[in-house]
Amino acid sequence: MSSPLTQRWRYVLQVRPILAALRRHRMATALIVLQIALTLAVVSNALFIVQTRVIHLSRPTGTDEAHLFVIRNGWLGQPDVPHVDAQMRADLTTLRHLPGVRDAFASEAYPLEGGWGGLVLIKLRPNQATRPQLAISYFADEHALDTFGIALLAGRNFRADEIGSLGPYDKSMSAVVIITRDLAGKLFPAGPALGRTIYLNDDAPATIIGIVDRLEGAYVGSTTRSIDEDTILLPARLASPDGTNYLVRAQPGQLVALMQAAPKALAAQSRQRLVDPERDVISFAQLREQGYATDRGVAIMMAVVCVLLLLATAGGVVGLSSFWVSQRRRQIGVRRALGATRGDILGYFQTENFLIVSGGVVLGSGLGVLANVALMRQYELARMPLWLLAVGAVLLWLLGQLAVLGPARRAAAVPPVEATRSV
Amino acid sequence: MIRYYLDMALRSCRRSKALTALVIVLMGCGVASCMVTWAVFRATAADPIPWKSAQLFVPQIDNFGPVHDSKGEPPILLSYTDARAILHAAQARRQALVYPVKVNVVPEDVQRQPFMQEGDAVSSDFFAMFDVPFRFGSGWSVGDDDHRAAVVVISRALNQKLFGGGNSVGRQIHLDRHDYRVVGVLDDWNPQPRFFDVSSAGFPFSHPRQFYLPFSRAIDLHKANTSNFYCSADTSNPDLPNWDAVLHSECAWIGAWVELPTRAEAGKYLQFLHNYAAEQQRIGRFSWPPNVRLSNVRQWLGLNHVVPQASKLSLIVSCSFLLICLVNVVGLMLARFMRRAPEIGVRRALGASRAAIYGQFLTEAAVVGLAGGALGLLLTALGMAGVHLIFEPQIARLAQLDGSLVLLTVVLAVATTLVAAIYPTWRAAQVQPAWQLKSNG
Repeated sequence: MSSPLTQRWRYVLQVRPILAALRRHRMATALIVLQIALTLAVVSNALFIVQTRVIHLSRPTGTDEAHLFVIRNGWLGQPDVPHVDAQMRADLTTLRHLPGVRDAFASEAYPLEGGWGGLVLIKLRPNQATRPQLAISYFADEHALDTFGIALLAGRNFRADEIGSLGPYDKSMSAVVIITRDLAGKLFPAGPALGRTIYLNDDAPATIIGIVDRLEGAYVGSTTRSIDEDTILLPARLASPDGTNYLVRAQPGQLVALMQAAPKALAAQSRQRLVDPERDVISFAQLREQGYATDRGVAIMMAVVCVLLLLATAGGVVGLSSFWVSQRRRQIGVRRALGATRGDILGYFQTENFLIVSGGVVLGSGLGVLANVALMRQYELARMPLWLLAVGAVLLWLLGQLAVLGPARRAAAVPPVEATRSV
Repeated sequence: MIRYYLDMALRSCRRSKALTALVIVLMGCGVASCMVTWAVFRATAADPIPWKSAQLFVPQIDNFGPVHDSKGEPPILLSYTDARAILHAAQARRQALVYPVKVNVVPEDVQRQPFMQEGDAVSSDFFAMFDVPFRFGSGWSVGDDDHRAAVVVISRALNQKLFGGGNSVGRQIHLDRHDYRVVGVLDDWNPQPRFFDVSSAGFPFSHPRQFYLPFSRAIDLHKANTSNFYCSADTSNPDLPNWDAVLHSECAWIGAWVELPTRAEAGKYLQFLHNYAAEQQRIGRFSWPPNVRLSNVRQWLGLNHVVPQASKLSLIVSCSFLLICLVNVVGLMLARFMRRAPEIGVRRALGASRAAIYGQFLTEAAVVGLAGGALGLLLTALGMAGVHLIFEPQIARLAQLDGSLVLLTVVLAVATTLVAAIYPTWRAAQVQPAWQLKSNG
């Protein structure tokens, strides 16, 4: 046996005869190079889409999702605003006293809902001429933070006396607000945001009394991606005759039981409401599944396509290599008779495969970048990082070596005596 | 002759089982992935009203102005002011206003729980304009519109739920706090995408609506648009203290359609919109020149990107998958055919023409393609069962395996395999009889 170093050297020396041999099979070589190139172009882009979707769909909302559920509550008989407000207070008292409930509050929107969140324009000065900062709002009361399960990084929670009651046509006039760290950083990149005054819609001043770590807005789609974590809590209860959403945080282990018990308790409180137990009582886990259904679907599809493609390419390599081996049995026999070892023959086919895949990788990298540019123009997609191409290339090199192993071993098993036989 | 070729093809397949199986599997997978995504794409990109889609138009009027609109595009919906102006001008053969509303349906039987239903507030032309099929009764008249009549058209499903499916025309139902007289019951009607609901253009594959109320009546009852209401593209919202302020605001929330049977009428109507906007500028309501649009159904669906991104993306990906499978198949076919060079040499030496070689190998390719098509069909059927894993349920349920899809699957498999076989067959036909006989004698 020769040392590994000379072994490798021997393969390098083989490159020229390999290239000469491939020149005799120009079309077949071109086909397999093209196939590797197309595979790399598609696989790298598909992996990139999988990666972006997986990152998107696994973003945390910042809340205690495992223990949260929402009750979408409609009103019967078009009650007026004071009635709605009174009923909401009564409902919240009922919910908070239910065994197994940690806390609850009412909101017009909730994380993972998929839309309908209110948008607020925030200015740093009244009559500010520059573009105001956009944020997604929730109406909240003093129980909101505990219900969401989010901690204050700085400042204090709302007090009960700060919570206003709003009708559907009222403008919210909040003297105090709580914002997320993300929004605080955007509004006041230089200094602490706590205690500062901001100006909401119509230049109403409000003081930032608290900063929370992370709370996602109600949107899960792509429309608001850049501000998904710029959330502002406004101290109000929206008494809308159209209905409200009760967010309930269960004690550990109580979620399933509470999702049954809570609507019943509400029904016992008052029957002037519409809550379909099938459709209107939803856990955050279910919301996450529904909200990101498309993202997950696309990720699954792309992953399946990647696997199928790599299998197809491997199949193609096996098929063509077997053909070449069967065509060259005599030449292999001659080489063996002239003193080539089994390892030499094995190395020959492996080097050949490496060269072909390398050709495909070069061509495929170009195609992959082109495809990425085309997709960027069509869809909301970022530039593909080059390391993904490298991952794809390494995958294909490994796959090629694995695929050629079988045929190459069969080639290595050709006995020297084959040289004397005719096909 | 063709029987001889078929016989040869089957023999050849038996001889190189692994290679044949590989080609069949590749074709099957490639074709099936294309067909599944095509079924979804076809369903989402379908023309919902093909016989009339060139005659139905959405008018748009820019009442936001260049500062507040979206990159110079007028809002997709109209303000109440403009919607009424369109309706009363009656410059088209038909004009309809549409916006979605919700009501609580209170059954007569007090034992039954009230339930919420989604429906549309529409003006009287709506039913004739979209050729809505009626099972019982009909829509309401222009007079009912003007008198703000308490009438309602209900869906077949709601009729089943409330009246057991019988002819309920003339009966009363209780919605919110008012009684309504049923004037019509629809037959099954659920065009996909729900193109006519301009407000819900972002959710074009939602569930069918269950009732239709007169537009004027819904306005009287302060029914707001439940799906879309916006007052500028940059979220600067005005103060709206009450319903009257909503009606007089420049907020956009009402969908409008006009029916214009000829190109000339469409041209005239666009001119009318232009004149209307110019008049609004003259009286000082708009401080910008007229900015109006008129789009027919197909243009409208394109404008609103109704075909889901995921559907287009998956079609692109699966087509590239098929392409890669084909490149692979070309290589494998080449190997398969060239392995038989000696046999070709013998046949050519015994007098077979090039045409005969073409016939033989293309027949073989067609046989393999047919087998690939059969496998593809099986995989397509399997894939259809898995569509719901990839697409949202309301889109997944639209994809169906019907006769045309079966035919397309088989034709695609055979055609693409034949295309893939052209080069290998040409190479096979180039085999020189003498050379083969000499070297392998």
